[in-house]
Amino acid sequence: MFTLNVNHTTMRKSILTIMAFFGLILIYAQTAEDRGLQIAIAAEEADLGFESSTVELKMILKNKNGQTSERSMTTRTLELTEDGDKSLIVFNSPKDVKGTATLTYTHKEGSDDQWLYLPSIKRVKRISSNNKSGPFVGSEFAYEDLSSQEVEKYGYKFLEEKGSLLLVEQDPVDPKSGYTRRIVTYNKDKGYRIEKVEFYDRKNALLKTLTYNDYRLYKNKFWRAATFNMVNHQSNKETLLEFSNYDFGVNFSDDDFSQVALRRAGN
Amino acid sequence: MERILQMIFMLSMFYGLGQNGEVKKVNHDVELELEAEYRYFFDEARFDGQEDHFLSFALQPEYSVSWNKGYESINLQGFFRLDRDDERTHWDIRELYYQKAKGNWELNVGLKKVYWGVIESNHLVDIINQTDAVESFDGEEKLGQPMAQFSWITNNFGTFDFFYLPYHRKRTFAGASGRLRFGTIINQDDLGYESGAAEWRQDLAVRWKYYFGIFDIGLSHFYGNGREPLFVFDQAGNINAFYPVINQTGLEAQVTHDAFLWKLESIYRNAEAQSFFALAAGFEYTFSNIDGNGLDIGVLGEYLYDERGELTLNALQSDFFFGSRIAFNDTADTAILIGGIADLNSSSKIFSLEASRRLGSTWTVEAEARIFNSIAPSELILSNFENDSFFRLSISKFF
Repeated sequence: MFTLNVNHTTMRKSILTIMAFFGLILIYAQTAEDRGLQIAIAAEEADLGFESSTVELKMILKNKNGQTSERSMTTRTLELTEDGDKSLIVFNSPKDVKGTATLTYTHKEGSDDQWLYLPSIKRVKRISSNNKSGPFVGSEFAYEDLSSQEVEKYGYKFLEEKGSLLLVEQDPVDPKSGYTRRIVTYNKDKGYRIEKVEFYDRKNALLKTLTYNDYRLYKNKFWRAATFNMVNHQSNKETLLEFSNYDFGVNFSDDDFSQVALRRAGN
Repeated sequence: MERILQMIFMLSMFYGLGQNGEVKKVNHDVELELEAEYRYFFDEARFDGQEDHFLSFALQPEYSVSWNKGYESINLQGFFRLDRDDERTHWDIRELYYQKAKGNWELNVGLKKVYWGVIESNHLVDIINQTDAVESFDGEEKLGQPMAQFSWITNNFGTFDFFYLPYHRKRTFAGASGRLRFGTIINQDDLGYESGAAEWRQDLAVRWKYYFGIFDIGLSHFYGNGREPLFVFDQAGNINAFYPVINQTGLEAQVTHDAFLWKLESIYRNAEAQSFFALAAGFEYTFSNIDGNGLDIGVLGEYLYDERGELTLNALQSDFFFGSRIAFNDTADTAILIGGIADLNSSSKIFSLEASRRLGSTWTVEAEARIFNSIAPSELILSNFENDSFFRLSISKFF
């Protein structure tokens, strides 16, 4: 009995040790993932409450020989908390596509709803949002790079801390994504704004680097970069986005993101 | 025309009021498109007087002024074409309207274009505007329609559009030298109306548009002068053509699932002289970013049915459309649409190709081909066009 008891105790101890050991690994593993998720949530929370905004956007496309072409558009965004944001993009140039506009309802889960307005024949067409990895109007930005960044769309893993910079690996949940992972650099001292994103293609090779420059603080809370620079390392092409005239005082409502509003925006 | 001038006056009054009330930011926007076009009909003309080569110029000025943070605006789009065919030489005010939006409603008063529908190869439901039939073969170019349009966006029941259409515009047909016409030259003034009020018949239309998840649905009703003339053949073989008073109910539906678009359009049109049902159903599937470089290839298939049979004005009475849309998503926005329409009951086929791209930042070039192939002699409408296959090349400059 006694021996057995001893054995029993030893066994219990061993089990506890083993459990503690695995538990530690588990806690450790959870920490990397949890911390990654926490950072993403912190970044989202830091940007909560902007309600709605409008911004002018100039896109400069550079091919590998350095030749450039430009397009300009206006983007409106309506912040929603229960589901993803709504956005409306209207093209102002090149002139042959002026008035072409898209309306997107982002969803935290499942595909986004998207409509396209064709001004020449005044047609509103519901389009598939299936094409995540394709380039947006010939640029180095894929559709998924420009869609509303909802926390639910990625799995997370904290990588390292360099001063105020936090590096987090993000794995897209959507199998249609063009990436295996992205490495996002957050700046925790500046409202968790994003400084850089590195994109790895489906073969896990570095595809693109996006850097955010010329940040400005709006309404004492919201950091917005004036330039985004996307460099494609495989094609040596580059796209620069220049934002101007950020306006957070527009007070948009759902009515400004209806299909009627889409038609109106493309006039 | 007088009506149009009255409207311009009315609109300028509106504009004055708006400006006095709102001294804040007023945005003006001026655009101009100049186009040179060459069409070559390579088969010998079927009817006397028809030409083979058509050189043509068009200009399309646009002006808009908006104020009240963009919630009020006046929009103008003019159009002028100079062509070898006198009937194709024409001008139009495509749009000239005042618009005001507030909360969940929007009001538009003036000449305007409105598009309804989901199908690519035929536009059954689309009825508000008269087709500019001399301008393009696909029926997508429209004449400006005088209207008052009121849109009401509800929270849970979709959007309602109400239209008051005070004036009807007749369709223009190609002249003696023009192609794509009947043996008898139809002058638009020869066509009368069933309604005693003629073009001044006060017409009404309503459309309900609803969206839920992957479903988009539209239901519409139109009551007024038909946009399509009705051709009635008497026993002596004489043609009597006129614009009937019609009631038309239309249904549009689209299911957007992954890369598939499933589409349906259907109408029931009722007139004293003729009632019929027509339907178009099809799909569009896009293989996107095939080469990892942005190449999209879309595949389209559509079945087209019209109860009028051989009297169907655009001859799509029992046909199948197949096509492919190729978009390169390059900086020049290069795109190609190839397709064919095959009659399921005869040998008739129409093949088409449309390609476009931008040159630099302010020029675009377009190429189009329509080939009428093995048109069955029994085709009442299409047999007139059997020698009217053509190539078209156009170049546009935007200012």
